[in-house]
Amino acid sequence: MIYMLLFLEFFKTGLFAVGGGLATLPFLQNISDKYGWFTSQELIDMIAISESTPGPIGINMATYVGYKTAYLPGAVIAILGLVTPSVIIIVLIAHYYMKFNEHPMVQAGFYGLRPAVAGLIGAAGFEVAKLSLFNTNKYLLTQKFADIVNIKSLLLFAVIVFLLNKYKKHPIYFLLGAAVIGIIFKY
Amino acid sequence: MKSKSQLKLLLEIFTVFFKIGSFTFGGGFAMIPLIEKEVVENKKWVAEEEVVDVFAVAQSMPGAIAINSATFIGYKISGKIGAIIATTGVVLPSFLIITLIAIFFSRFQDAVVVKSVFSGIRPAIVGLISTAAIKVAKASIVDKTGIMLAILSIVLVVILDIQAVFIILGGAAVGLTVYCLFPEKTAKILSNGGKKD
Repeated sequence: MIYMLLFLEFFKTGLFAVGGGLATLPFLQNISDKYGWFTSQELIDMIAISESTPGPIGINMATYVGYKTAYLPGAVIAILGLVTPSVIIIVLIAHYYMKFNEHPMVQAGFYGLRPAVAGLIGAAGFEVAKLSLFNTNKYLLTQKFADIVNIKSLLLFAVIVFLLNKYKKHPIYFLLGAAVIGIIFKY
Repeated sequence: MKSKSQLKLLLEIFTVFFKIGSFTFGGGFAMIPLIEKEVVENKKWVAEEEVVDVFAVAQSMPGAIAINSATFIGYKISGKIGAIIATTGVVLPSFLIITLIAIFFSRFQDAVVVKSVFSGIRPAIVGLISTAAIKVAKASIVDKTGIMLAILSIVLVVILDIQAVFIILGGAAVGLTVYCLFPEKTAKILSNGGKKD
């Protein structure tokens, strides 16, 4: 039963996540909320691992989530679910030589869809920020306003954003740097 | 049809896409130059003009860009079997590497060092995602309607917890509605840079 659900959820993700690896993130957050197969905290760690290993981010995430949920068969099924819509759509387009993406209606659809995707990724970032930059739980416990924000994390976030925009190096370098900082300053 | 030469071709397709899957960090866009080099320059399976079409379709259709490109090119070389072989090849390295990591990580995730590594990485991930969101926004928002749609989708997701599927479908519906109401104006926007580059 869990295999069926896993396949369906990833089929849905593969069908609707337009615009690259991180576009799968809102769907995965949704899966986490709905089924509790993995926590949002684990999801963030999965992003880190997917970004620092070779291969498409979406596939890496699917493998990890699938494995976490139902081990090896889970990983295989999650990948199959994610890939199936792509294979069907692309084979149809290639077979009929459809200039599908040049049709004005399709372009008009994408004209509205793309900004929505930008918003979705932004919202996903916000969810991740809630977990890693703010300590809402600690605040509820201590009721001290200063405890809401994790100053060290916020500082690190600001530095990374600045460096990312200044030096357009591959994310893996920044993640490595952040890992070293994590060890040195022992959060 | 399944002669020796075809088996050899399929094996070659598999090897090339396995290589592409193993050596690109950072997903779809990072793969484009490598795919071009292998498939167009080295193997001459697809012409330069054709591969541009492939990437245009791969980017605008749902699913991972790498998967879409692999499926398309595999199909062009050797039909449906080619599509499946190429896709399997590009996916397999991810599957092997991530499964290995997942097996080991679940054993070590409670170690103090691993915990401090990830506490440093998590804020960096927020940085990566927000930078990606800004990049996508710059490439996809061409007018005020776009800005409004992006803000609206953030609000709907963060505050009202609306599912991503409905946001995507809603965005497409707004795009089509605008197109039906103001066909000329929209056509103009779409023709000058309405497309993602």
